[in-house]
Amino acid sequence: MSHLTRICRAESVVRKKRLRILWLCFAVILLALPLVTSNFGITILTQICVASVFALAYNMLLGQGGMLSFGHAVYFGLGGYASIHLMELVGNGVPVPLVLTPLFGGLFGLIAAFLIGSFSTRRAGTVFAMISFGIAELVAASAIILVSFFGGEEGVSSDRTMGPAFFGYEMIPQIEVYYFAAVWFFLATYAMYHFSRSPAGRLANAVRDNAERTQFIGYNPQKIRLVSFVASGFFAGVAGGIFAIQYEIVTDSNLNTAASGLVMLQAYIGGIGYFVGPVIGAIVMTLLNTVVSGVTDLWLLYTGLLFIGTVLLAPNGLTGLIMMHTDAYHNRKLATLIKPYLLGMLPLTAAFIGVVSLLEMFSHRNEAAVGDDSMLLFYIDVDISTWFPWVGFTLLSLLGLAGLRVVIPVVRASWDAANEMQILSNSTINNESDS
Amino acid sequence: MNKLNVMLLGAGSLVLAAGFPVVAQAGTVKIAYIDALSGPFAATGQAGARELRHAISKFLEGKEVAGEKLEVEFLALDGKINPKESLVQLQNAISQGAEYIFHNSGSSVAHAIVGALEKHNKRNPDNRALYLNYGAIDPSLTGSKCSFWHFMIDANVDMKVNAMVDAIAAKPEIKKAYIIGQDYSFGKAFSAAAKRYLAQRRPDIEIVGDQLHPIGKVKDFAPYAQKILRSQADVVLTGNWGADMINLAKSIKDIGTQASIYTIYAYGAGISGVVGESGLGKLSVVAQGHINPANTPEWALYKDEFLAKHPGNDLINERTVYGVQMLGEAFVKAGGTDPLKVALALEGLEITTVSGDKVMMRAKDHQMQMPLQVMAHVKDGIKYDFDQSGYGVRTTSTVAFESNQLDSVCEMQRPL
Amino acid sequence: MFETIIFSLLNGLVYGLLLFLLSSGLTLIFSMMGVLNLAHAGFYMLSAYFAYSISIHLGFWYGLLFAPLIVGFIGAMVERYGLRKVHKFGHVPELIFTFGVAFLLEELVQFVWGRNQLAYNKPEILEGSLFTLFGADFPIYKMFMLIVSVVIFIILLSVLKYTRTGLIIRAAVGHPNVVGMLGHNVPLIFMVTFGVGTALAGIAGAIAGPVLGTYPGMASGLGGIMFVVVIFGGLGSLGGAFIASLMIGLIQTFAIAIDASLSDVFLLMDIVITEQTFMYDIWVTSLSQVAPLIPYLMMVVMLIFRPAGLMGARES
Repeated sequence: MSHLTRICRAESVVRKKRLRILWLCFAVILLALPLVTSNFGITILTQICVASVFALAYNMLLGQGGMLSFGHAVYFGLGGYASIHLMELVGNGVPVPLVLTPLFGGLFGLIAAFLIGSFSTRRAGTVFAMISFGIAELVAASAIILVSFFGGEEGVSSDRTMGPAFFGYEMIPQIEVYYFAAVWFFLATYAMYHFSRSPAGRLANAVRDNAERTQFIGYNPQKIRLVSFVASGFFAGVAGGIFAIQYEIVTDSNLNTAASGLVMLQAYIGGIGYFVGPVIGAIVMTLLNTVVSGVTDLWLLYTGLLFIGTVLLAPNGLTGLIMMHTDAYHNRKLATLIKPYLLGMLPLTAAFIGVVSLLEMFSHRNEAAVGDDSMLLFYIDVDISTWFPWVGFTLLSLLGLAGLRVVIPVVRASWDAANEMQILSNSTINNESDS
Repeated sequence: MNKLNVMLLGAGSLVLAAGFPVVAQAGTVKIAYIDALSGPFAATGQAGARELRHAISKFLEGKEVAGEKLEVEFLALDGKINPKESLVQLQNAISQGAEYIFHNSGSSVAHAIVGALEKHNKRNPDNRALYLNYGAIDPSLTGSKCSFWHFMIDANVDMKVNAMVDAIAAKPEIKKAYIIGQDYSFGKAFSAAAKRYLAQRRPDIEIVGDQLHPIGKVKDFAPYAQKILRSQADVVLTGNWGADMINLAKSIKDIGTQASIYTIYAYGAGISGVVGESGLGKLSVVAQGHINPANTPEWALYKDEFLAKHPGNDLINERTVYGVQMLGEAFVKAGGTDPLKVALALEGLEITTVSGDKVMMRAKDHQMQMPLQVMAHVKDGIKYDFDQSGYGVRTTSTVAFESNQLDSVCEMQRPL
Repeated sequence: MFETIIFSLLNGLVYGLLLFLLSSGLTLIFSMMGVLNLAHAGFYMLSAYFAYSISIHLGFWYGLLFAPLIVGFIGAMVERYGLRKVHKFGHVPELIFTFGVAFLLEELVQFVWGRNQLAYNKPEILEGSLFTLFGADFPIYKMFMLIVSVVIFIILLSVLKYTRTGLIIRAAVGHPNVVGMLGHNVPLIFMVTFGVGTALAGIAGAIAGPVLGTYPGMASGLGGIMFVVVIFGGLGSLGGAFIASLMIGLIQTFAIAIDASLSDVFLLMDIVITEQTFMYDIWVTSLSQVAPLIPYLMMVVMLIFRPAGLMGARES
């Protein structure tokens, strides 16, 4: 045994141990979160669990397999419909504990994904994307026509409390539903993580990067794509099952193209290049959808801007912005970045407040009652009938943008300095595991 | 997954925990409004929010209930006329402490909310909520699927079509009718009611077409207009709303049929302005409310105030005001805002609306009983036009409170 | 029966040609740049709104003239400062970017113009009917749409066939790399293509706005059909897009006219369908109900068996 392999092995033991601690932390966070929030918080947390599982499943395709799907909500929705029908059966006396519903939804998603994937995964790229889009439109339209299974526009609803209790656990209050969702979130994440590290996951990466070469070394890229697709369909179905338990209704809007678009947004904003990326995206989007939408009617506009901004400026997503700092972390130079970042935050905040205020004032002027000229912007009372706030916020935006131009080179220089590679540092090995 | 990722998760969760607003203090009543605030149907939803806000400020805010001045907190939530999205918002509303849910468009949404509230109120007896539905008018909501927690503050499809057929029956020259509607529960209920009442009242009228089309997806109604023309119908009955209504009316005009159109949602929210010329002498609307002329001085004053506050907008739904007025009376009668007590107080409650009509919440099925108006789409002789276009509607006849009371098959499960 | 066929034909033709006007720009962009512009319908909508705003100040014809130009310019800017940046990351981020633009356009339109349907009207001269056939009027405006679409088709075709620019474009469709190597300014060509493509969508928006309605939902739904046209017709084939547009326009219009369902077919074979029959709702669904579904079915089948499309030369 050479010196190098021994080092590598020791390294991997350390990494495994660290990984186990991380999973433990994840579980503890999931368990503890409800203790620090309100009712509304628990509702949002449950939504985040569902969205995260779905976004992670989606990213098995997009991030790990390089397949862009415009119709992945089909598997989420079909899993959901299957689950809701199962709940009905259970209500009619079939003895299945309802906590297992997501598994059933997953199996249904898996079968559907296998049937459709067997022809749609023959090609990747635009052809795959368009087949997925066509299928999604077809399934969504059928969902309205085939009333007996899909229930038409109204969808199918059921009752989660009708089944036999599972060790005294009936899922009546929202907190119990949260723990149900959290347990499945944990299990699904664990399984998906290990899938991505398995040979099948690695091969999916290989096919994504270069399908021809994978073929040369003796693997059939179509089969590899199919395996990813089916696995992804399974976990999408699991997410659909959790959703069915939480809302006790599944409708065509769970599987239409808008739902498919949303999950893509989540995965991309979070960062498709990282395993946790979609979770971050799901958290951000759910908060936008629940908290921000309660504050402003313009939240969809902001979502669009955030999305375009991510695509243009941070193609690795929000997670990418954070992971940019691994090298600096390993170089132990993170501290040197604090000062330039604080400096950068100043014009950024100014520009943000300025632009958002201008948009809000414009919308307020159009929508609100006449005479209702005062509005609250960032804790400041503003009277939009005077010229002062318009000029003020325009100046603030311009100042912020100009400031950014000045500050960005400084920030970049210090980031470069902090990230200067020490040859053969740990970071190369670490980064690899997150591709 | 390495340390950074976990730090991230932790940080994310902290942000989550900090970001959640705290539930409101006691003493105030929280009213949530769930409707489409974004997307293709947002025009109606936004108008509804505006009108509800105004009605609340006039009839609820500061009202004396059990010796205390009432404070109202209003939450507008975006349900996108989509059952799933609306349930997500319903859960958000309830977990933020909302006890009264107002909702306007979408019968599929209404069914979902009813189902969810039934379950929620059974499971959480100390955190109940009431559903005041003033626009989703599938008759099964106060019929076979009626619920104690649901109150319909609008005439349901059966009542509206009944009134519509009343007006049609008075015209002996009408011999052939064509029914067209959007392909979902509401459109189907409309079609069924039209066929039933036409057969009862005017068996001699031949139904020459009964068409369903996908909702919100048809770009060009010309082929449908062609079908209507070919059927030689004298009258078209439709429940279409939004862009589907506008484009249908325009296509019917373009193809040059003589058929007149009877409908229930064809004014305001851009429709009067866009239909414009093509609806003159053709378009009749059955709805509750006194748009032109405004019936009473109080009602005219209310309208003028609203319009002065929201220039460029219209006051579309009078029933919003009925609902809020009635809720206020129920608060007084119940001596508080506890949803169960208020629900019981609402049952059988009779009020005179700001426009001088008598309306009553029938205890049997929670269907509000009210008179209805038949109105014509006109250009001249009106004070309140829509969409700043000069076009609007004027009442041509009224179907009285008494003559529009239909029986209900509702067998209500009461929580007592 | 005969009159139904004639009118369905006419209506199908108008709708099909409008689809072509939309998809010609999309084909142009797709074949030159390999990007399926998901925001194409968004530009169509944007143009209708611009045309409305111009028409209330200057009149319909100025709107028809300037709105597509403005939209084309905006399109070119989107390419220059957006698409070009993500181009280096590959096709998937490009697709995602255009998806984002589509999303943003829909919100932007509501932000600026509000959420109501706008009264964007035809000009006086084009009001009224052109001729009456079997008692049905055929509006002048529809004929106008038809003529505009055909004229644009002819112009496009002759530019592609007989000019030097057309030569470069045709070369770029088949061999994008070679064109660059021959010393043409590929980024500039891309920007102009994107601008012209979106301007074509703009023309469609400006003429369709008065008939199909100018409202925030006018893009959704149409976007999907456009991809069907482009993919069904075949990559880079204007002729294919033309045929596919007409096919889809006609199929959709005829399907609406037919109320028959599978149960009627069974009835011919003496099989009666009742509510107890297995999968009852499939058999009684009429063709007119499933009309909007047919294009997507056509696309999926085409992609499975011939990914290059009807007349396409290459796959991606």
